[in-house]
Amino acid sequence: MSFSAPLMENGFSSPRNESFPAGLRVLVVDDDPTWLKILEKMLKKCSYEVTTCGLAREALKLLRERKDGYDIVISDVNMPDMDGFKLLEHVGLEMDLPVLMMSVDGETSRVMKGVQHGACDYLLKPIRMKELRNIWQHVFRKKIHEIRDIESHDSFDGIQISINGSDLSDDGHMFCGEDLTSVRKRKEFENKHDDVGDHSSPKKHRVVWSVDLHQKFVKAVNQIGFDSKYEVGPKKILDLMNVPWLTRENVASHLQKYRLYLSRLQKENDLKASFGGIKLSDLPSKDPAGSFGVQSSISGNQNDVPNGRYQYSGENFFAQDLDTKNHEGDLKRVVSESTDTKSTLTADLPDPQETRSSQMSFDHSFASLDSEVNYTAIPAQYSWSEAPQFKEEHKPLLQLEDGFSQLPPSGLHHIQIDPLQSASSITSGLSVTGREICGPEKIKPLYAQFNGNHVSLLSPKESAIDSFPVQSKSHMVKHQSFEPISTAISGMKPQGFNLSCITDFESCQRNLISATDTTFAPFNEDLTVCWLQGDCHSMNFELPNVEFTDYTDPGFIAEFPIYLCDTLTSDNECPFDTPEYPIVDQGLFLS
Amino acid sequence: MERNQMLRQVAVMRQSFFDQGFLDEQFVQLEELQDDANPNFVEEVVTLYYRDSSRQILNIDQALERNPLDFNKLDTYMHQFKGSSTSIGAKKVKAECTQFREYCKAGNGEGCMRTFQQVKKEYAILKRKLEAYFQQVRVQSGPSETACRPRN
Repeated sequence: MSFSAPLMENGFSSPRNESFPAGLRVLVVDDDPTWLKILEKMLKKCSYEVTTCGLAREALKLLRERKDGYDIVISDVNMPDMDGFKLLEHVGLEMDLPVLMMSVDGETSRVMKGVQHGACDYLLKPIRMKELRNIWQHVFRKKIHEIRDIESHDSFDGIQISINGSDLSDDGHMFCGEDLTSVRKRKEFENKHDDVGDHSSPKKHRVVWSVDLHQKFVKAVNQIGFDSKYEVGPKKILDLMNVPWLTRENVASHLQKYRLYLSRLQKENDLKASFGGIKLSDLPSKDPAGSFGVQSSISGNQNDVPNGRYQYSGENFFAQDLDTKNHEGDLKRVVSESTDTKSTLTADLPDPQETRSSQMSFDHSFASLDSEVNYTAIPAQYSWSEAPQFKEEHKPLLQLEDGFSQLPPSGLHHIQIDPLQSASSITSGLSVTGREICGPEKIKPLYAQFNGNHVSLLSPKESAIDSFPVQSKSHMVKHQSFEPISTAISGMKPQGFNLSCITDFESCQRNLISATDTTFAPFNEDLTVCWLQGDCHSMNFELPNVEFTDYTDPGFIAEFPIYLCDTLTSDNECPFDTPEYPIVDQGLFLS
Repeated sequence: MERNQMLRQVAVMRQSFFDQGFLDEQFVQLEELQDDANPNFVEEVVTLYYRDSSRQILNIDQALERNPLDFNKLDTYMHQFKGSSTSIGAKKVKAECTQFREYCKAGNGEGCMRTFQQVKKEYAILKRKLEAYFQQVRVQSGPSETACRPRN
């Protein structure tokens, strides 16, 4: 049942039919079979359509397979294969569905975490049926908000276009352009109501930035960044991307989302930093979902533009979302822009208030759900997204080990690795404003590109330097999480916040564009993640490109090798004093 | 009549579970879920619980044998087990679980081990009681067409 259609028709003033909310399609995820059975029965009694799932990964798979197949997801917080919060983020990012969390643990901190990650509600077990009866309100509310967004903005920021059929890769969540076109038309005529019945009509769903699209996006950003020094605006990016159905607003809102996301990450990073700063070894390797094993071979994930930070982690990657505009393009089946938008991108980046942003990060971190790729959750404290909060200076290196990435404290950026999250998510909280984004690319190509462009794993210096100036405008953070390998590269964007994340499920890569941080993470198989950051990164969106040039600071480079060594051998903290470095939790891309 | 007597017996048995604190409101929830589509729902759930939780108990037992104790792991296991026990409303079991987790947080291995013995004890007692109870229920519902369940 498509919920949005009726809403649109009726101006979401009333349910589509009397049966609503009957038939609401619920996906329940819980590793406890007893609870699964009980919940299933309860939901059925509410006349909902229930699908149960015992594993988070499987749930994601189901969700991805049937993109429009569910209206709401209920998930337990503690699951063996993946942290419930990560799942939450993924779902939020990719599918933009309301997610309810459940747990027997009602501790405030847990609940808060749930909310931060974008949960619509947090239910305590034992759950009563009456609590389940009302879950439809979350679905309804969401639709209303979406429509309100559409109505209130000229841009498409709030407009979600859902396109049936994906013209991108099968695992891409990209919606094809036809709906966008029609949405655009709609917008022109200020006609908010489309023919709901037609599946191709825009249902005001979000544009999902699939991996491919994101790649294009990053590429465009990179291109602009390389060619000129001016700031990259959404229009320019759009032009370069040459995706007919995409609108400038889409790009802009994409960026916005990432901004929020990054800012949220930053906030988290800050919190985490307070727990011990960056510790590579803190990665809870136990966390299956997120532990990045150092062993995983790192395929050079690199953002095209090593302008930002690159992180390589065997299995961790940082996804930096610096994206004021949109960066997600390349998340392969991962990022759903809508979620990103909500959460991460907002004008006020540094403030990671949006729960969505956290969702985003989580999402990204899930890049490799199926593999042990762990993201180093780097709480990106970057205030890329916002000038005021911008912590300038991006720390040179961020090492990720087992999900930890430490950013050298050369800059103001805060990068923190979130041990809690590291396990499975790399949050890239970097939001770069005003920078061009290097198009993130799929891991393989990216990697090559990355190498080609600037960063070669082993000789990051040169390339890093090279890339920086060029990239002054845009940062790209790419996080690639491979199942076996994950490397994250984050580019920094000086101004627009572009975050492109690409997740290649197979290869688990993610690209995040982080404009502000020019960390370069050399590819090193043994290295989990390295963030190399220029001296002065102004993660601030508002910062001019000039700041980028700091990246080329040789001193910056010099640190690199040392850093690498250190990270390789131990999980010790980054030689730099990185606590302030926000670690971007890639969580944006799912592989 | 015999049947009425049996019904009463079952009802009394059931009530005692609540009165004596073995079961809580959640159990009633399960009963309310039982319907024609799932006439033996409660018993099925309880059976599922005992099957799944036995594995969890084993995990905890094994974890308690380690030296040194990994309290994080223990807590995680217990968290899971507690969650399961909540599903059927196993009140006393839950209480012991909570106690166990307190000891875990405090890093009190001795306390954990002692409490876990209590957990297992309550777990076993409840299991016996419920088995007897369902047996009665089945006996009652056997001859009749519809499931017979005692209701307050």
